[in-house]
Order: sequence, then structure tokens, then C-alpha cells
Amino acid sequence: MQEIKLNKTPSLEFAFEGAQIASGRSKIETFLLALAVVFLNSFGNLSLAWGMKRLTRQMGLNPLDYIRAMLDPFVAAGMALLILWLLMRMALMSWADLSFVIPITATGYVMGAVLGKLFLHESVGLAQWCGTGLIFAGILLVGSTAQYSPQHRASL
Amino acid sequence: MRWLLLSIIVGGTAAGDLLQSYEMKRSGEQKVDMRGLARILRLVLVRKFLLLAIACMAAAFFAFMALVQTQPLSFAVPASAASFALETALAKFVLKEAVGLRRAAGAALVLCGVILLAK
Repeated sequence: MQEIKLNKTPSLEFAFEGAQIASGRSKIETFLLALAVVFLNSFGNLSLAWGMKRLTRQMGLNPLDYIRAMLDPFVAAGMALLILWLLMRMALMSWADLSFVIPITATGYVMGAVLGKLFLHESVGLAQWCGTGLIFAGILLVGSTAQYSPQHRASL
Repeated sequence: MRWLLLSIIVGGTAAGDLLQSYEMKRSGEQKVDMRGLARILRLVLVRKFLLLAIACMAAAFFAFMALVQTQPLSFAVPASAASFALETALAKFVLKEAVGLRRAAGAALVLCGVILLAK
């Protein structure tokens, strides 16, 4: 019987492992993924905060307190959203530089404040709105730069 | 207690992000469909730096859970953004990313915004 040998080229092997050299995602795609990441994080944090505030027991350094807290449906939902956030954020980090991702996803801080005001009735004053404006200006500046450093990617 | 929790959040987040960014770039561009996310999950289990990143983020996460119980979300979330400046500097000097004037200025603006948001 003739032996069939699979002659894998390095590039095929690389693709087989699910690792492809970045072909360069468009900025629109990167921003859309960043937006999804921000939403998941904000609603995950909100659900978590809501659940934690419902707990009567004060949290300390005892791990059992945290396991008990996870049984709360809001805490559990918050954790599920944050796990999805983590995976999507990892994908985003494979598309763009850390120094690009961090400021772009900073819109999450604005959403955190807005959601805190809307759902948890926390106060948002003039300073917070000025902060929001600065964050958006910063995001515009960072967003105008290249999303990844090709020379860095090639060296890894 | 809140400053100890905040230190754990900032240190854990910065270390976790740095390790994640390094490993994810090394792994190549990933897809965000179900198969892509499952593949990322598998990567987490086999890449030691990603495992370490998850451990750092878990420490930061539990510290965050404890912090939001006693502090308002509009303090806890922006205050934990101190990791933000640290991460930008580490991205430049450790990951050797191209952090030019525009990106650095943008990052500084965002940082100022986050500080204002925490007031």
C-alpha cells in the first residue's frame, strides 16, 4: 500500500493551529469589536455591583464569602458577561496594540459612570461630564494612530 | 483597606494585560465567532503566560468585587484606571510598541478624563 505523506508547509501548519499572521483588520472592525468589549464590560460590572450591593454580609479575605456571593443571580450574570468580555478582549488584543486598546476601551469608564447614575442612582456632576469630554477627545487622538506596530508583531 | 484593594486591582490589571497582549500577538489574529472564542479559551489553557494573566486578573477581579461593595461604582471603576498610565508606559518599554506623540497625548487626555470622572 502506498503511504500517503502529508507534506505540511510551515504556513499551513501555522493556519492549522488557528494562528494567522495579522492581515490587518480595518479600523471599523476594530472599533466595532472594541464597542462590543466596552458594552460587555459595563453591563458585567453593573450586574456585579448590583448583586454585591444586595448582599448583607461584608466581604473580607475569606474565599468562601466570594463563592457564596457567586450564587447570587446578578453576581453570576455579571461574571458570565465578564468571561465573554475577557475572551473578546483577548481577540481584540490580537488585532491591535495594548497601547491602542487601553485608551479606546476607556469609554467603559464613561459608561460605568452613566450606568451608575441611571441604575444605581449615583451622582454625576460637571467634573464627570468634563472628564467624559476629555476621554472622547483622547480616544479620537488615539484612534487616529495605526492600530498595531507591524515591526513589533514581526519580532514576536 | 480600600487602598490595598485598589493596589491589587491596579497591579493585577497591568500585569494581566501585559501578559495577554504579548501572548495574543504571538498567537496571531483571532476570530470572534463561537469557534474563535473557543479557540481563545483553549489557548488560555495551554499558554502559561495567559494562565498567569488570568491569575493576575482574577486577583484584580476579586479585589474589585470587594471594593464595589463599599465604594460607589462611579469611584471604583475610574479609580482602578490608575493601571491605565502604567500599562501605556509598559506597552512602550516592555512590549516595544510604537507609542508616538499623538497616541501618548491621547492616552494622557483619557487619563485626565478618567481622573475627573473619579472626582
